[in-house]
Amino acid sequence: MKLTEKEVEIIEILEKDARIPIETLAKMVSLSVGETEAILKKLEETKVIVQYTTLVDWRKVDGHEGVTAMIDVKVTPKRGVGFDEVAERIYRFPEVKSVYLMSGAYDLSVVIEGRSMSEVAKFVSEKLSTLDSVISTTTHFILKKYKHDGTVFDQGDQDHRIVMVP
Amino acid sequence: MMQQTKKSYLSETVARLKPSGIRRFFDLASSMEGVVSLGVGEPDFVTSWSIREACILSLEQGYTSYTANAGLLELRQEIAAYLARKFHVEYDPEAEILVTVGASQAIDLALRATVNPGDEVIVVEPSFVAYGPLVTLAGGVPVPVETNGDDHFKIRPDQIERAITDRTKALIICSPNNPTGTVLHKEELEAIARIVKKHDLLVISDEIYAELTYDGPYISFAAVDEMRERTILISGFSKGFAMTGWRLGFTAAPAEILRAMLKIHQYAIMCAPTMAQYAAIEALRNGEQDVEYMKKSYRRRRNYFVQSLNEIGLSCHMPGGAFYAFPSIRETGLTSEQFAEKLLLEEKVAVVPGNVFGAGGEGYIRCSYASSMEQLQEAIKRMKRFLARL
Ligand SMILES: Cc1ncc(COP(=O)(O)O)c(C=O)c1O
Repeated sequence: MKLTEKEVEIIEILEKDARIPIETLAKMVSLSVGETEAILKKLEETKVIVQYTTLVDWRKVDGHEGVTAMIDVKVTPKRGVGFDEVAERIYRFPEVKSVYLMSGAYDLSVVIEGRSMSEVAKFVSEKLSTLDSVISTTTHFILKKYKHDGTVFDQGDQDHRIVMVP
Repeated sequence: MMQQTKKSYLSETVARLKPSGIRRFFDLASSMEGVVSLGVGEPDFVTSWSIREACILSLEQGYTSYTANAGLLELRQEIAAYLARKFHVEYDPEAEILVTVGASQAIDLALRATVNPGDEVIVVEPSFVAYGPLVTLAGGVPVPVETNGDDHFKIRPDQIERAITDRTKALIICSPNNPTGTVLHKEELEAIARIVKKHDLLVISDEIYAELTYDGPYISFAAVDEMRERTILISGFSKGFAMTGWRLGFTAAPAEILRAMLKIHQYAIMCAPTMAQYAAIEALRNGEQDVEYMKKSYRRRRNYFVQSLNEIGLSCHMPGGAFYAFPSIRETGLTSEQFAEKLLLEEKVAVVPGNVFGAGGEGYIRCSYASSMEQLQEAIKRMKRFLARL
């Protein structure tokens, strides 16, 4: 889809901060609030903007630490549907946060989020490994998130500048 | 014993020099908590990681000694390529480019290399606070020419012409301008060029904000017909590349002038810091995307901030470059100092009173929008509340 410069600019701003007030957003791109609303509606309807999400540092919330694992999955592709069918069978599980088809040593990269290590282990052994086309899995637990989707966790964002410079 | 009045050890020139008008506000503002500062004249971005990393690598490799006086040849070559690529001006890296300690040192060198005692130098005001004092320190006489907000702070050729005397040596222009953000367009530069040529003047063109031009391509004064031979182009890495603390700038000028500047530089400074020069090479080779990213971000903040200022009743022209908005506060009946002080004390928003930038600045305040959107929104909220109470 060919988008205008302003439309792209609106997406870029929202990608960084989806909660920016529409009046502020409109001013940033020099459009009226009405025009901005119309663009947003169009972007949402055409699914260019798929969803507005919140990046949470769950470690900070007691009892919600959770675990994330990245699992390398080797599979046998099926005639006619290739990897798509098995990928779909995997991504339908709600525990699965993302699924990517990869080049290299394995075929699918699957990201799982669970409440505990044993919950993830259970999912891998009972659900994932038992799928017909799955040949093998290698599970990597994430020990600490430093940066996720372009955002650095726990970054001191204080302003180092002195208050006034001529 | 004979009573003696203690003599002053200070040079008369320095003793007479006015301290920067901003000092008092700085002391006041930094003693307060919770200040939203629009007073800073520098990017709020940290220098790109790849540039910082290039500096670290140069240290790891042990490049800790002096460079050539004029700067690393490799860097001068990159600067020449950059000037040619972006601004369409050609300079010989061996004879016409000098790497300096910030644009600040380049301005100082330009003046000291060209001004004779008593020579007049025209300074277009409101202007960067250093021009006048640096002219004085070079033994010259600054001659302010006042622009005003109704003309978007553009200098009119006849104003320059009226300020010219037989002692006039040079003209300092700065586009995009600090503090007004005004950008001079092609025709305006050409009109200045005609006068400059007619009166055989030298032009010191401070182009430190060239990268931060928002509404069209930047035109260097040196790229205007027949101006290269009488222009000292000043620029650097501080603003566009978010490298204020690195103290690195450069100047490009015809060989004869550059040689004279180099002579002073050689005796006074030896060379610019070596690690900063290695970082600058990386900035010019691979920094373009980051510059574009920062520029885009400033542009959005400008649009938001200037429109909001106008909405809350501080009329402000749309600045074409740099990261300053320069709204009028005349309607409030306060002087710019009164306004800035009251705003700081009552709402904890720090702005710079326009009068520190010289003639034509009274009645205005300088607000830097190189701050996060959250800070800018907060500043607007507080200023609106402040104005409603006046
Ligand atoms: C117009 C202008 N010229 C020069 C400078 C100084 O730049 P540098 O940090 O490269 O010395 C500044 C900094 O505020 C400026 O606004």
